[in-house]
Amino acid sequence: MTQLASPPTTVAPRAAASRTGARRRRPLAPYVYLAPAMTLFVLFLALPIGYAVYLSLRAARVSGLGLGKNSRTEVWAGFDNYARALGDPDFLASVGRVALYGLLLVPTMLGLALVFALLLDSGKARGRGFARLSIFLPYAVPAVIASLLWGFLYLPGVSPVTFVADRIGVAVPDILSSGLVVFAIANIGLWGGVGFNMIVIYTALKAIPRELFEAARLDGCSEAGVAWRIKIPIVTPSLILTFLFSMIATLQVFAEPMTLRPLTNTIASTWSPLMKVYRDAFTRDDVYSAAATSVVIAVATFALSFGFLRLVSSRAFSQENS
Amino acid sequence: MRLHRLTFAAAVTATALTLAACSSSGGTGTAAAPVAAKPGEKVNLTFWTWAPGMDKIAAVWNAANPDIQVTVNKQDGGDPAVTKLLTAVKAGSGAPDLIQTEYQKIPTLVSADALADLAPVLPTDLQQHYSSGTWQAVTLGSKAVYGVPQDSGPMEMYYRKDVFDSLGLKAPTTWAEYAAAAEKVHAANPKNYLGTFSATDAGWFAGLTQQAGASWWAVDGQAWKVGIDAGPTQKVAQYWGDLVEKGTIDNKPMYTPAWNAALNNGTQVGWISAIWAPSVLDGNAASTAGKWAMAPLPQWNAGDQATGTWGGSATSATTQGKHLPEAAKFIAWMNSSQAGVSALVSDGSLYPADLPGQAALTTPPPFFATQKDFYTVAASVAKTVKPFTYGPNVNVAYSSYNDEFGKATQAKKASAFLAAVTAMQTTTLADLKKSGFSIAP
Repeated sequence: MTQLASPPTTVAPRAAASRTGARRRRPLAPYVYLAPAMTLFVLFLALPIGYAVYLSLRAARVSGLGLGKNSRTEVWAGFDNYARALGDPDFLASVGRVALYGLLLVPTMLGLALVFALLLDSGKARGRGFARLSIFLPYAVPAVIASLLWGFLYLPGVSPVTFVADRIGVAVPDILSSGLVVFAIANIGLWGGVGFNMIVIYTALKAIPRELFEAARLDGCSEAGVAWRIKIPIVTPSLILTFLFSMIATLQVFAEPMTLRPLTNTIASTWSPLMKVYRDAFTRDDVYSAAATSVVIAVATFALSFGFLRLVSSRAFSQENS
Repeated sequence: MRLHRLTFAAAVTATALTLAACSSSGGTGTAAAPVAAKPGEKVNLTFWTWAPGMDKIAAVWNAANPDIQVTVNKQDGGDPAVTKLLTAVKAGSGAPDLIQTEYQKIPTLVSADALADLAPVLPTDLQQHYSSGTWQAVTLGSKAVYGVPQDSGPMEMYYRKDVFDSLGLKAPTTWAEYAAAAEKVHAANPKNYLGTFSATDAGWFAGLTQQAGASWWAVDGQAWKVGIDAGPTQKVAQYWGDLVEKGTIDNKPMYTPAWNAALNNGTQVGWISAIWAPSVLDGNAASTAGKWAMAPLPQWNAGDQATGTWGGSATSATTQGKHLPEAAKFIAWMNSSQAGVSALVSDGSLYPADLPGQAALTTPPPFFATQKDFYTVAASVAKTVKPFTYGPNVNVAYSSYNDEFGKATQAKKASAFLAAVTAMQTTTLADLKKSGFSIAP
């Protein structure tokens, strides 16, 4: 990682230049402009990642009772931590839960965001400013606070929903029970995420030249037709972008289940992959296993993101390439 | 929300990496030899603690000891303080001089070489101030002393006396009577429960098994033994599993908004808790003041006198502190002198581990003003705490408790409770083996 900031990158072109005989000095400016970003990248991203990879190959070994001085040493572990992480049923179960969570959340959230954005953009909606703000507002609520708020609504003992349902004699299922808790968590993500994605799509809609709609209407296209045939195809890059963000955020879901966990018996300490990392690092004081699981999650995230982008890139960024 | 989460995850990763980064630099602690400060030299000590009112106690000490000044650094709680201390120890610097340590965390901290041995610098007669069980928790059965007991949490039963009176019930003295009372309370009003089995409070369950004679860890020569999946713990798990399966005891966790509300509106008619319960009830169930009573825990056999502990902590010195003799002076003063202990009681609202301090308590806590013998009962209960050894991976066992009993309480089957005990044993043992601890066959 360090070679990014070290001379060789600058030396190589210079040497090439002198070999061709052209004495034109390469300007220094681009590297100066690049330096702050590169320094930050190396210091706060590349080095820690490199160190995490290093740690993931290490382990702590204790001798005897482990109570005396120096009874704990750090040793080389090879791929033990990876083997354990990938073979851990808790980890695999957490991946399964997060996949279900993503399947529930992402299509619902993006669908709602798109519908809301189209409605706001349709020109017929009243009180657009207010509607936009009120849909967006939950995004401004931190995930921990949102989870606490929803936690109160979910707990049968204090929930106004249960209270009202009791009064009118309707039985509501306990959403924190083991079969439904994934809906409870996805709902918090949905509540907080729709607004952000709506704004992204809405902004893209606003950038579409209005003449296109006029032309379509003159040709007898209905409002729904305009949305389906013109608006949605044009905002596809935004949809892909929001999908990518949502997918990454799904893989990293942490704050909501972590905050809801003390309220119920149904959320395990390894409910999501990141929660397992947290448990290993801070509850079990085993940073080595945590590092290995982190690397696995990071690699999976990159693979999924780039795989997805590759799959759709021709569509998404055709405008930029042309 | 999406981006928040990304940031949060990044922060977690960054913290993990920072923590990780620290572990490489300081393999060996730089323990300073205990050298007393020269006369006239001023010593500053920092003290990590989360108990309320500790700054006031430090102020009392500071006024009387201008040469040894203690600065309280407020922590979020036991777990975060331990995480911070372990990080500082790995980093080789950043630890305080003094730290409040929960009893069950002491082996973990000693194993990480975070706590200094106070034995050479403490007064030799200090041991007489504490019950043998409490003293064992700070020595781990060795000659070293890794802290001085500060407060203790002997367990008792708290119940709504008014509800018991109206149902013609008396405080149960055995667990069989407790089960019968639980059934009666629930039958009289299906919304009411005498208690709940909380899968989020491992320390609570550990205390109950302690009463039954369990010790989840043991030292056998130079090797550890894990005894979770053994008779006493199985007995306790079976008992509570039966109650939850019958539905006479609730299966929801403690310390949730719903549980607070249930205490306050009277649907939780009792609470198996510890000596510090009055302040929790005062905060959560203010409208029920004066309606509660405290009694010793129900016993497994009629006539027995045994209890466990839930909570309680010691004051320790860290291996990075440079003023061990001065630190020991403050620790001994706060936890065994009359002035220090009475400050612990009045400013810290703690139940002192110091036996003379326990005996000196007479006025019941305000929430229990009607029970005049509150502290007399408490002091006699405190003497009956059964021994219990904590191991070097309590964190692993406790987090396994949360996960396994979470499933069991949800399943509402006594057989699932027993399976959870077995799973805890497996996880705890596997973790010790993985780290390389010697395990007794």
